[in-house]
Amino acid sequence: MSGPIIIVRNLYHRYGDFTAVDGISFDVEEGEIFSFLGPNGAGKSTAINVLITLLKLQEGTATVAGYDVAREPQKVRESIGVVFQEVTLDRDMTCREILEFHGRLYRMPPAERRKRTDELLSLVQLENKRDVRTKHLSGGMKRRLEIARGLMTRPKVLFLDEPTIGLDPQTRTRMWDYIKSVNEEGTTIFLTTHYMDEADNLSDRISIIDRGRIVTTGRSYDLKNTLGEDLVYMETDHAERTRAALGEMAEVREIQEKSRGIVAMLSGDGTKLLPKIMENLSARGIRISVVNLKKPSMDDVFLHFTGRELRDERSEKPSQAVSNAGSR
Amino acid sequence: MTMYLGFLTIFWRDMIRFYRFKTLLISSLVQPALWMAFFGIAMSANFNRLTTQIPPIPGVPTVDYLTYMAAGVIAMTTLFTSLFGGIVILFDKNWGLMREIFASPLPRNHIIFGIALSGMTKSFIQAGIIMVFAIIIGAQFFAGYTIMQTILSIAGILLFVGIFSLGFLFLSAAISVSLESPEGLQGIITLLTMPIFFASNALYPVNAFPPFLQAISLVNPLTYLVTGIRYFAIGDNFQAIGIHYTATPASIALAFFFLILFALLMFALAWWRFGKASVT
Repeated sequence: MSGPIIIVRNLYHRYGDFTAVDGISFDVEEGEIFSFLGPNGAGKSTAINVLITLLKLQEGTATVAGYDVAREPQKVRESIGVVFQEVTLDRDMTCREILEFHGRLYRMPPAERRKRTDELLSLVQLENKRDVRTKHLSGGMKRRLEIARGLMTRPKVLFLDEPTIGLDPQTRTRMWDYIKSVNEEGTTIFLTTHYMDEADNLSDRISIIDRGRIVTTGRSYDLKNTLGEDLVYMETDHAERTRAALGEMAEVREIQEKSRGIVAMLSGDGTKLLPKIMENLSARGIRISVVNLKKPSMDDVFLHFTGRELRDERSEKPSQAVSNAGSR
Repeated sequence: MTMYLGFLTIFWRDMIRFYRFKTLLISSLVQPALWMAFFGIAMSANFNRLTTQIPPIPGVPTVDYLTYMAAGVIAMTTLFTSLFGGIVILFDKNWGLMREIFASPLPRNHIIFGIALSGMTKSFIQAGIIMVFAIIIGAQFFAGYTIMQTILSIAGILLFVGIFSLGFLFLSAAISVSLESPEGLQGIITLLTMPIFFASNALYPVNAFPPFLQAISLVNPLTYLVTGIRYFAIGDNFQAIGIHYTATPASIALAFFFLILFALLMFALAWWRFGKASVT
């Protein structure tokens, strides 16, 4: 196959009069790790549910692994693996049975099923839990088993909906390693997350999604670079004059006002520019009380493009409530 | 490739769970036996005393109440087990497990078939236990039958039990996939079981019913199941509680046809509900 493995154009999805996905278009290239980054309720899960054929496509077009989501859902299902946001393991089945059941659902021949089960249990280091029921597994083990299940059929694309939600930091880092190693074996990965560090660490490319729209798409490095090379935060005794002074400097790309201070995005190396800035300000008689220099983070990127903090979850409402309500 | 047997996957998983939930397994096996042991013995003592006044119809073999109602207990147990058989679908929906299945290439009607097959298996096991237990405590099933006749009769009973349970399992699956909570299912099942169970010939004859109850009993699948079981287990000509029961192969075939029709209707209902269902 040539070209992108996922192509989405003008996708809309509405629940009643609430628009959860508001006209998104994007491509995912074969072999990459692609992230949807956004707060809860941004429409990430809805978009993923349309792509994996659990929700009917309402408007727009989407192809996954070369198959049209609306017209060939069966083919799409055969080409993908899914790890859902919540744990979806039968508490009373053993790890082996979970994988066996999944393999049977996808019509894998028995010999291949057994071989794959062994391979995957060792990949996610659950060999010694083979005949243990899933209710006795830890949160991280459950997640690993679900990832193994998602990989059972050697899918072309693995969809991961919030793969590390509710896991402790150590387990999360380990989970990232598993995801990376799966990707290195050639599986394209599409993941949604509301963790900046997760998107930053894992993905080749990120789409920032907010209120049903894609705000921007790019490589993590490029996204951060749009904010300049470095950020300077300062608090002074005269905000307006500080702004004016900074605005005259060629190396200052953009200025943002904060509640108490000012953030300047620098186009050059901040370590060299900072002394110059401070000299310039004191020459004008402006007293600096606080200075901080830092590299832009994904948090800054999100804030820059959406005007809101990612932690700001005021927008959280419909998608969660609707998806928990089940069928209608 | 031969016929696709995806429903066996659903069946396999449901049977693992049936076997693994020991309390469920044991209670579902013991419960019908308890019905026979308590209700059966108590009621048959009463009925036998009350019916001594009634002069027997000459030339027609008489069966006691225990034998008469044992057929009803088989039918009743099949009804309850089948109506609850679809609840696993509701649990799977609530726990999110149904998403794995809905996102897989398995056609949805195979979910219905799989659940129906495991429910039917459970009903067969229960029917077998009740028959053995009933005979142990004195029910005169298969009296005077040759071994060949007995085997054929058991096959006939299982055929009736099987098709009947399919109908109610489809119904149960249709309700379960449409509902949000197990409590709702519980309520609906209680509402359904009362008229089905009591407006039937399971525990007493329908002959003395007022007309509207008789009308219900005529469209009640349970009545046809009980008629079938009695025909195979007791015979085509007997009297019990003063009522003369006769049956012909044609009347039994008609009863069977009615049950098939019911099962087909319920399957159509389940098919429709599953087509509508969305799980996210």
